[in-house]
Amino acid sequence: MKQNQALFEYLLRLGDSNMILGQRLCEWIGQAPALEEEMALGNLALDLIGQARSWLEYAARVEDAGHSADELAFTRDERAYRNLLLVEQANGNFADTLARQYLFDQYHYHLLGALSSSTDAQVAAIAAKGLKEVTYHLRRSSAWIKRLGDGTAESHAKMQQAIDEIWTYSGEMFIADEVDRVLAAAGIGADLDPLQRLWEADVQALLAEATLTCPPLEQYMQRGSKQGLHTEQLGFLLAEMQFLPRAYPGASW
Amino acid sequence: MLQTDANPHLIATDRCGEQLQFPAIEALWQLLDQVPDPEVPVVSVVDLGIVRELRWEQRQLVVTLTPTYSGCPATEFIEEAVAAALRAAGITNLRLVQQLAPAWTTDWISAAGREKLRAFGIAPPVGSASKRTLWGEEPEVACPHCGSPQTTRVSEFGSTACKALYRCDSCLEPFDYFKCI
Repeated sequence: MKQNQALFEYLLRLGDSNMILGQRLCEWIGQAPALEEEMALGNLALDLIGQARSWLEYAARVEDAGHSADELAFTRDERAYRNLLLVEQANGNFADTLARQYLFDQYHYHLLGALSSSTDAQVAAIAAKGLKEVTYHLRRSSAWIKRLGDGTAESHAKMQQAIDEIWTYSGEMFIADEVDRVLAAAGIGADLDPLQRLWEADVQALLAEATLTCPPLEQYMQRGSKQGLHTEQLGFLLAEMQFLPRAYPGASW
Repeated sequence: MLQTDANPHLIATDRCGEQLQFPAIEALWQLLDQVPDPEVPVVSVVDLGIVRELRWEQRQLVVTLTPTYSGCPATEFIEEAVAAALRAAGITNLRLVQQLAPAWTTDWISAAGREKLRAFGIAPPVGSASKRTLWGEEPEVACPHCGSPQTTRVSEFGSTACKALYRCDSCLEPFDYFKCI
């Protein structure tokens, strides 16, 4: 695989995971449990969609096929999307949303930390900028996991159930394929093995602090997004997200 | 026809609109210091540290801007406002460059900018940006209304990505805190 082709794939993965999680978080607008939480979720989404734009703009440049970042976001079908299965999962209740968010934030934090020293200057610049924002995201989601896990009997039970249910989607981010290997070897992408060890240690420590039980690390993990094989959740999300630009191509206001 | 321009050009052009003079960079900084941030109009884009560099490359003015947050919806608006201000001053040949690295930090907000934020009712960032302020203890944020250090954080995010919500425990007024990043 040529390095440029691998880089395009890699940038799509980075951009798509941010884009899809940002879109999911926006579904909370008008429904969050408190106004402050609604603003926080909206701001998280804004950061993620902003980072997605940076990644997809760079992807469009690397692809060099005349596409814009908007075209990449709004005209690719489900099978061409490269976001992690984790981030496309439905919002569920507030604990489900936070379990998904925390597991992603903890990964995102270490990933952007590693990419900040990428040999590709643009990757390093986008990552270093995003890392500041993601540190805030992680601080907030960690605090919520502790608060709900170590809260009332009911919040503890809901938080535990949320972690258990989302867990099967958490291992995929560390399953490397050829794209990951080509770019890690070139010093452009992140080496996933050390990332996984950092993530596991942090997650185990936080869940213990939150009086929650960490599910087994060795269990079977769902996979497929790196080849465009998604769960049934993604199609519905894209249908809503892409409706307007597909129905009214080139619309502006 | 005699031109009575309400927005007098800083520089002269010939009949073809070609720039004849190239104003000093310092004058251009002062000009951009009049361009307000669209979200917090009491501070200028220069106060916030968004304008990183101005330089003449022969006859072209190169303006380097940096976005604050990755998802800041005002980024394009600011680019347009900066270009419009320069064009209104007669600078026709200009190029805007977006710079991501080094990433924008609240450390770049000027002392004047911090004072303007406080006077507007937004507590300016406390301390300097580092991992420690992102992870460490809560900063002591003084109320911009009464100056009391007795304040409580209500939410990590406020009306925009760059702010958090606080409440003063002395005068009981809510206020925005410009987060330190």
